[in-house]
Amino acid sequence: MSDIRLLSRRDFLRRTGQGTGGLVLALSFAGCSRPAEEPAAASEELAEFTPNVYVNLKSDGVLEIHCHRSEMGQGIRTCLPQVIADEMDAAWDRIVLVQAPGGQQYGDQNTDGSTSIRQQFDLLRNAGASAREMLLLAAAERWQVERSEVTAAEHTVYHEASGRSAGFGELVEDAARQELPAEPTFKSPDNYRYIGESMDLIDGFDMTTGQANYGIDTVLPDMLYASIERPPVFGGTIRSLDDSEARAVAGVVDVVRMPDPTSPPVFNPLGGVAVLATNTWAAQQGRKALKIDWDAGPNAVYDSESYKQAMIETSHTAGSPIFNRGDVDAALDGADRVVEADYYAPHLSQAPMEPPAATARINEDGSCDVWSCTQNPQAVQQTVAGLLGIEQTDVHAHVTLLGGGFGRKSKADFPAEAAWLARETGRSVKVTWTREDDIQQGYLHAVSAQHLQASMDGDGAVTGWLHRTVFPSIGSTFNAETTGPGGFELDLGFVDNPFDIGNMRLETGDAKAHVRIGWLRSVCNIYHAFAVSSFADELAHAAGVDPKDYLLSLIGPPRLIDPTADGASYNNYGQSLEQHPIDTARLSAVVEKAADMASWGRALPEGRGLGIAAHRSFLAYVAAVAEVSVDDAGKLKVEDMWLVIDAGRVINPDRVVAQMEGAGIFGMSLAMHGEITAKGGSIEQNNFDGYPLVRINEAPNSINVHIMDVDAPPGGVGEPGVPPIAPAITNAYFAATGNRVRELPMRKAGLV
Amino acid sequence: MAIQLTINDSVHEFDVEPDMPLLWAIRDIAGLTGTKFGCGKALCGACTVHVDGQPVRSCSYPVSAAAGRRITTIEGLSENGDHPLQQAWRELNVPQCGYCQSGQIMSAAALLERNPNPSRADIDTAMSGNLCRCGTYTRIRAAIERAAEVKS
Repeated sequence: MSDIRLLSRRDFLRRTGQGTGGLVLALSFAGCSRPAEEPAAASEELAEFTPNVYVNLKSDGVLEIHCHRSEMGQGIRTCLPQVIADEMDAAWDRIVLVQAPGGQQYGDQNTDGSTSIRQQFDLLRNAGASAREMLLLAAAERWQVERSEVTAAEHTVYHEASGRSAGFGELVEDAARQELPAEPTFKSPDNYRYIGESMDLIDGFDMTTGQANYGIDTVLPDMLYASIERPPVFGGTIRSLDDSEARAVAGVVDVVRMPDPTSPPVFNPLGGVAVLATNTWAAQQGRKALKIDWDAGPNAVYDSESYKQAMIETSHTAGSPIFNRGDVDAALDGADRVVEADYYAPHLSQAPMEPPAATARINEDGSCDVWSCTQNPQAVQQTVAGLLGIEQTDVHAHVTLLGGGFGRKSKADFPAEAAWLARETGRSVKVTWTREDDIQQGYLHAVSAQHLQASMDGDGAVTGWLHRTVFPSIGSTFNAETTGPGGFELDLGFVDNPFDIGNMRLETGDAKAHVRIGWLRSVCNIYHAFAVSSFADELAHAAGVDPKDYLLSLIGPPRLIDPTADGASYNNYGQSLEQHPIDTARLSAVVEKAADMASWGRALPEGRGLGIAAHRSFLAYVAAVAEVSVDDAGKLKVEDMWLVIDAGRVINPDRVVAQMEGAGIFGMSLAMHGEITAKGGSIEQNNFDGYPLVRINEAPNSINVHIMDVDAPPGGVGEPGVPPIAPAITNAYFAATGNRVRELPMRKAGLV
Repeated sequence: MAIQLTINDSVHEFDVEPDMPLLWAIRDIAGLTGTKFGCGKALCGACTVHVDGQPVRSCSYPVSAAAGRRITTIEGLSENGDHPLQQAWRELNVPQCGYCQSGQIMSAAALLERNPNPSRADIDTAMSGNLCRCGTYTRIRAAIERAAEVKS
């Protein structure tokens, strides 16, 4: 496929006969880029057809599609126009993509939970189909023929009987007069042109030439660059500050105290002291020269080692039952054999390659413009409005490209810092987090302890299953009284247990947060899948059965599961079980396919092993097989991976493959390397030396991805690949060595 | 202090502290934002540029050391964004978020300059200083191999 940005630009230039001024600004905006300092003027003479907030067709035929979701590598800026343009019968090379700012008119813009397609496929189809219908009505009216006699294809409406045709652009004014159809007809999938096609990345040219603009790249005239020294312990405050040396550093312009942290933290600034300078380096140097005496506050007690022991202890005592099927106690008491295991997974940092960065300006009327690499511009509006005491509609939240997000950038604390400093200084301000800030001051993925027990009969079949989960909740970020897991977290791989076991009880245990807890790609599914998929493998070996066969027998016969039948509350990722059931047949199918691709069961040389795991999350089913080798020192290498996803209908298969490849590497990083710990309330790691990520020399020889061809509504894609990776690797490690890994990361035990 | 830098064949005169890392001179003073900040400690490679053809981590390279040398950033790698690596990157749709890719491409370009036909092991060694959190590594390998084929 062609490079849409280039063609669109050229086309735009040719058709308007302009090359400077407003046009360039409009185009740079389209490229998710720098702020426009002058009003865009290029298209003022052009008539427009805007049937909804996503579609703006100009009378010269240029089709602006407004992308209201954030691009962070998942490919939404390519996939979203695929859906709209397909339903509209628009030509791909006439599209100019515009990144939408925050605004209620767009509906939910929070780009997390792998929701953009699975929740908004119909909304996007509707945006395109209603535009198409109005263009058809306009042409029928013009030609005085029946609506049923006209058709659309490739940016043109045709009346076949008379041989007449009209380009979309010619119909703009008439289309704008048509009534918005209540329920436009969607295309038959047989007629899709872009949906289901691997269209090239819309931002591919910019991303390979240094032209793509991220949050860190915003430049405003006369702006200051800020670096903020935040409390080393979450919730800490300043006892005293001496900024005299900081102010003496060349380039430093100002030093500003940030507002004290709030409880709960929500998305508010963490407090501390900002140094503002004429460039980033000077701000960082000035910051180093600050002398601050901190009051650490109550979270100074946080010590990861003792916290871990306390969590494990909690997981060994009866918790709050939230799911109860049959009689687990009777099953365990009367069993031929009981197997039990503890699993532990640490805090993680999202560590996107672009650290959080935002730039803000306060306008003369008191409104605020803020540019940031945010996953959620509506949260930016809300947080900044609250902090500055202005209306949300007076916060203009512009969205840049995101240099990775992984959940970190769904929090609006960094745009709020920039807005605060812009108001305090009366200047435009860019805040750039350092890597140390990112790793030490972020919203951490929760640490977790999992305890499992299973009873087995004489044939090795599981008769009872007890699972306790303990972790500090994301809820604590929004409610300081929160002491334990919340229901929305238990939906993620805990109460949706797919196993066919007659007696099952699921319990939770409390753990109070001492740091800000937040989402990280696939969230609680990480530790729940690690525990459940590891335990399934342990049970297979205890029963003396092949782990793949045993996994399939645990999943059991094809059926639809409803966790509420056993007393759990269950939200199914915000979508109905009717449309998106928990279907064990689909889970079994990905297991079979992955095993088949990996030639499961083949003979392996000494020191090699295959491991398998499968997990449903975000309405998609993923199975992973890892082949590992282990050297004489016990060190692991992941040789190859086979990943199978059933996400129902997919929009862009190549982006799905890319997300699975990325999930494989992301899952390897957390299985092998990732751990954040606290001592005295402070985070002990601070950069990629203490918090290593998988590098290219550790990447598998191949990551082989298969997408199941399933006629079902779209499921999520960005996150579901992650959960089964770690257990597939640790199960493979067991197959190769006979050593069971029950704690992540493997690095800690010297296994990588 | 006044320092003269030649970036992408343009001469810039900067009045900056001599210990300022080259990265910030390129980004904040020269206004070329294609070179990215990732760690500040030469651990991630997002800031990779060429100094006299050699790949350096500009976040940890003082601007004073670059005076009088020839600096190439991603913006100057090719005239029209058509370096064989840039083309291969697009053909294989390597980027996900894209943030690290400037540094990846600059490291790969330096590799192909000194080793036009690198083995898989050569690629892994040369590229191991460049992190990609999105996990595009298998495509990066394939794109370098494709560009090497095209060049030869």
